Amino acid sequence: MTTRMPSHAGRTEAARQVTRQPSLLEVSGLVVDLPGPSGGPEIVRVVDGVSFDVPAATTVGLIGESGSGKTMTANALIGLLPDGAETGGELRWRGADLLTATPARRRALRGHEIAMIFQDPLAALNPTQTIARQVGEILRRSGRPRDEVRRRVIELLDRAGVPDPATRADSYPHEFSGGLRQRAVIAMALAGSPALLLADEPTTALDVTVQSRILRLLRSLQDDDGLAMVLVSHDLRVVAHVAQQTVVMYAGRVAERGPTNEVLHRPAHPYTRALVQSVPAVRTRTAIASPLPGTPATPANRPSGCAFHPRCPLARERCKVEQPLIREIAAGQWTACHYAEELQGVRHDPA
Amino acid sequence: MIRLIVKRLLIGVLVMWGAASVIFLIVRVAPGDPASIMLGPDADSEQIADLTARLGLDKPMYVQYLSYLGDVVRLDFGDSYRLGTAAMPTVLERLSATAELMLASTAIAVIVGLTLGLLAGARPGSITDRVVSAISIALQSFPTFWVGIMLILIFAQALRILPSAGAGSPLHLILPAVTLALPFTAVVARLTRTNVAETMREAYIQTARSKGLSERQVLLGHALRNSLIPVVTVVGLHMGGLMGGAVVVENVFAWPGTGSLIVDAVSNRDYGLVQAATFLIAGIVMVFNLVTDLVYSQLDPRIRLDGAS
Repeated sequence: MTTRMPSHAGRTEAARQVTRQPSLLEVSGLVVDLPGPSGGPEIVRVVDGVSFDVPAATTVGLIGESGSGKTMTANALIGLLPDGAETGGELRWRGADLLTATPARRRALRGHEIAMIFQDPLAALNPTQTIARQVGEILRRSGRPRDEVRRRVIELLDRAGVPDPATRADSYPHEFSGGLRQRAVIAMALAGSPALLLADEPTTALDVTVQSRILRLLRSLQDDDGLAMVLVSHDLRVVAHVAQQTVVMYAGRVAERGPTNEVLHRPAHPYTRALVQSVPAVRTRTAIASPLPGTPATPANRPSGCAFHPRCPLARERCKVEQPLIREIAAGQWTACHYAEELQGVRHDPA
Repeated sequence: MIRLIVKRLLIGVLVMWGAASVIFLIVRVAPGDPASIMLGPDADSEQIADLTARLGLDKPMYVQYLSYLGDVVRLDFGDSYRLGTAAMPTVLERLSATAELMLASTAIAVIVGLTLGLLAGARPGSITDRVVSAISIALQSFPTFWVGIMLILIFAQALRILPSAGAGSPLHLILPAVTLALPFTAVVARLTRTNVAETMREAYIQTARSKGLSERQVLLGHALRNSLIPVVTVVGLHMGGLMGGAVVVENVFAWPGTGSLIVDAVSNRDYGLVQAATFLIAGIVMVFNLVTDLVYSQLDPRIRLDGAS
């Protein structure tokens, strides 16, 4: 995946250099099994053989409907899965497998190498502690002196775009607006100087006007600070705006992955195409988005063969019985569709 | 903050007036004529009428009520006819023993209850959790007087390591304090457990873990204080309720506090004492409630803001 260079205008030459180095994080054949609801004996495979790479200073978008396993994948990356979860496959951080690492080793990485920001910034902040205390916690716990922690907290809040950080630092979360809260959460995630930031629906709970500002902030963290990011979203526009690489997930599996431009403009999976078509175009008056037909398959209730076949316009007999293996259809673009060539051919048809 | 205190104090005055009125009514409604009880079975009707007049009990009810309210404002509840001393000072004199008992019980309940609740709530469904829950339910179900007697049988009668009654040494305090503390401990443990378990499911707990904190750091640094907020309320309210439990415990263990004084006073129709003691207890409960509110608002910044606005 490191071979193709995405063409984002804001990317600096420094970031390009870093991108050529081996990936920070390599996910291969990741499996997450959760105990069934109500603690029953049936086990649900919520993430089923997911593979992708996260090169340094690159943003990878993880997209899919709810129940596609994208959040569980992110939680598995940082090692915060629900009780009773079982994992399989490989998760290589700078070459070393995380799934077989000791809990202490994984904990040492958390916050310092891999940090996470969450969907609902109000819920993600402790209501009884000041912003400064929460942002500075990781620094304080690593034994930095008080005034240094304070100085750094103000720097971090400033970097995350909190206005008047020296005064606002002593506020409580409920005294912040939604956008400011997410900025505080981002400052908190940056406190441990991580190399990878996992962002789980970072703008979903925010007002539309605030969303774009937060996305711009995330972009600048990657472009200017060289942070790698895994951005989990159900919103194609968010991913298109920020991510160089996109992984499309469906029912716990990867449907397609590749450079964002290719994935969005030349989808190699009917599910991706349907997702793209379901986004309403704002500028054209006629465009009424065509919603995806059928209901999303869930990992607990996954159809045989290709999980997308009941909703797929191209589906035939083979799709019901044979699970398509993921394969490279163009440089860096991988698909799990038996008939991807056909799909891309259709796209090129002048009609 | 000051506005909150003033507001609560004003409400408190109303509450105390209500409490004084209820006390007045209950004492009058209770069966038995006070004068004849005081004088005993040998008194003739003239003596009874004389005492009734001296106590002011022959006047119309509203006159009695108004003069009673006037006395209440001056904290003058008359004399205890049996002890021959002023009622309120007599009650206050016995209060320190009760306070000692209550503080010891609260300390036991908070320390033991919090620890058990925290251990259980940190891992819901674990063996620890189930054991703590079972013990809590058992402790809450046993009646106080029965627990007191059982403890006397075990530690005073069978093992002979603790005194069964009276006061005077720290050893004397152990059995009554533990008896009074047991149901309270169970309440604190159960509530702490529920709140900790609930708090541990909050998103900010996941945030704390994502910073690389250990489970212990997450529990003590993020979950504990937030789970304590509802516990503080219950501890505060329950401390008022302990006064009630103290009445029973003090009688079982012959502890020289207000509780045993009240029981004596009630069975002897000693109006002055009953009214003084009951009024004092109402006042103490009110103060506990006020302090609880203030502590609560200090623990939860969201409430602090509401109080100021």
